[in-house]
Amino acid sequence: MHRRGVGAGAIARRKLTEAKYKERGTVLAEDQLAQMSKQLETFRTHLQAFASKHKQEIRRSPEFRLQFQHMCAAIGVDPLASGKGFWAEVLGVGDFYYELGVQIIEVCLALRHRNGGLITLEELQQQVLKGRGKFAQDVSADDLLRAIRKLKVLGSGFGTIPVGGTVLVRSVPAELSMDHSVVLQLAEKKGFVTVSEIRESLGWETERAKQVLEHLLKEGMAWLDAQAPAEPQFWLPALFSELHGQEGTAGP
Amino acid sequence: MDRFSWTTGLLELGETLVIQQRGVRLSDGEEKVKFDSGVLLLSTHRLIWRDQKNHECCIAVPLSQIVFIEEQAAGIGKSAKIVVHLHPASSNKEPGPFQSSKYSYVKLSFKEHGQIEFYRRLSEEITQRRWESMPTGQAMQVNKDSQAGRIRAVGIVGIERKLEEKRKETDKNISEAFEDLSKLMEKAKEMVELSKSIANKIKEKQGDITEDETIRFKSYLLSMGIANPVTRETYGSGTQYHMQLAKQLAGILQTPLEPPAGRDYEVPGLFLSPVLCSLTQEQGGIMSLTEVYCLVNRARGLELLSPEDLVNACKMLESLKLPLRLRIFDSGVMVIELQSHNEEEMVAAALETVSEKGSLTADEFAKLVGMSVLLAKERLLLAEKMGHLCRDDSVEGLRFYPNLFLTQS
Repeated sequence: MHRRGVGAGAIARRKLTEAKYKERGTVLAEDQLAQMSKQLETFRTHLQAFASKHKQEIRRSPEFRLQFQHMCAAIGVDPLASGKGFWAEVLGVGDFYYELGVQIIEVCLALRHRNGGLITLEELQQQVLKGRGKFAQDVSADDLLRAIRKLKVLGSGFGTIPVGGTVLVRSVPAELSMDHSVVLQLAEKKGFVTVSEIRESLGWETERAKQVLEHLLKEGMAWLDAQAPAEPQFWLPALFSELHGQEGTAGP
Repeated sequence: MDRFSWTTGLLELGETLVIQQRGVRLSDGEEKVKFDSGVLLLSTHRLIWRDQKNHECCIAVPLSQIVFIEEQAAGIGKSAKIVVHLHPASSNKEPGPFQSSKYSYVKLSFKEHGQIEFYRRLSEEITQRRWESMPTGQAMQVNKDSQAGRIRAVGIVGIERKLEEKRKETDKNISEAFEDLSKLMEKAKEMVELSKSIANKIKEKQGDITEDETIRFKSYLLSMGIANPVTRETYGSGTQYHMQLAKQLAGILQTPLEPPAGRDYEVPGLFLSPVLCSLTQEQGGIMSLTEVYCLVNRARGLELLSPEDLVNACKMLESLKLPLRLRIFDSGVMVIELQSHNEEEMVAAALETVSEKGSLTADEFAKLVGMSVLLAKERLLLAEKMGHLCRDDSVEGLRFYPNLFLTQS
């Protein structure tokens, strides 16, 4: 009885079969690529139809933008990844956020000398809206956060730090650890924090508290009031406008 | 003001609205009264004023009572006004807010402008006297009871209804928009599924896919905004688009990066604004990616680049042998520098500057040299890394000194 599947001939035959499968695989992928190309064109047409009816809505309504972003995320699509993508080209979503990115960078740069590169999302929103002028569209907190998320990839240290009731936006490549974030959260209530407060609220050793505070000082994110009555107070300029409810003014 | 009567504000059949204006204050002659902020309506028959806050408060005077009108120009802190001189009140006038008044005229203050047009229309109506040819039933004033016979409520209620309809229409548009959006997303989802399927095929074949097919696939992913399922990058580098961009960037940036040399450079497809030129002075051969992002997008105005587009294009600069390159510092800061730019040489110059001043912080150095604080810091850090500078890290900030350990050992 012949034994199949064994011997040089069988191996050669198997190799041939495999090669044939691979070839077919190539053909299959090409088919699918061609299919995708066609479907892309169809999709683009649908997108254009949608845009002709609702393009205004994107620019006009923060709620609509939010919904749009959520839906895209749900299906695994990033409409802001590239200015060359359909979403940007046809719907114009891109320009809205990329321009916002530029405005955010400019505001952060202008105020850096004052707050060391930390700013609350509220103050950022205020300043950006001021810069956009009276007739510009409204910009929501979500819009800003999405724009900032995109800016991260530029490497200059854009990031966000949640602190209790708000979010701090960082625009410098300073290293901020969990310790720093926690202390910032503590400072949010009054705009300043002391070593004693850190010891009491967080249960840390003095040395650890001091290290964190000194780092913030060095980075220009905190200012020292050595003449405070009880003990030195470490103030955060980023939180000033929150406290006084006044509009800060951007620097020169 | 005693010529005015309370009214519902509803227009009679045969009475037509001519013009209306918000933000109008009504004064009894020279005296201010409580009718501070209202909508003034002119119809073919009457002049109606309705309080903006309390819509129940609505008064009117027949146009037939008007003797003549005059304009009063605006002054400093004063709105423009129309003065309306009135006949004495007729005996059968319906009750109004004032029983008597020492003035025979009222003043209309247009706090939100609009007086020019209003004056014109009011003049017209007074001249044309349309109320005489369009009788509206026996009395000018309408009692709330006689609404029963009304077929269509025009007038203020009608206007409000129209506004409400418009609001509903807008809401409907938004719901329609959301519906359309859902349908669109369904289709987009199909595209995502298809791309996953293709990516799986590619993975299985492990390199049997042609270069051409890879490029095509990547560009499809780019169009849809789908992350490359094979490499997990957002299409990494390598699409045609990014290659083109890289070349464009080299064109735009080379001029601002180079020190001014009176070069006449033609940049295809883009205009060089004064901003770009001024940056030439400041940058001296090196620019952070955030600066480039702002510069390029401000110059474009429309069809802006995404941050990822910029990074992906910059990653290709070196391989395309363009005169610019991307450099990433230890801190993660990314810059574009001229190929001819040698940061290490700049460090030697930095050392000199620091030595002259004894010591410098990044801020001070930046101001002295005329660069951004971000890049100044990177240069000093590099100098430190190379052993030329020493740091003094205190609460007063990070200060750099010439490394005397090296030079004086």
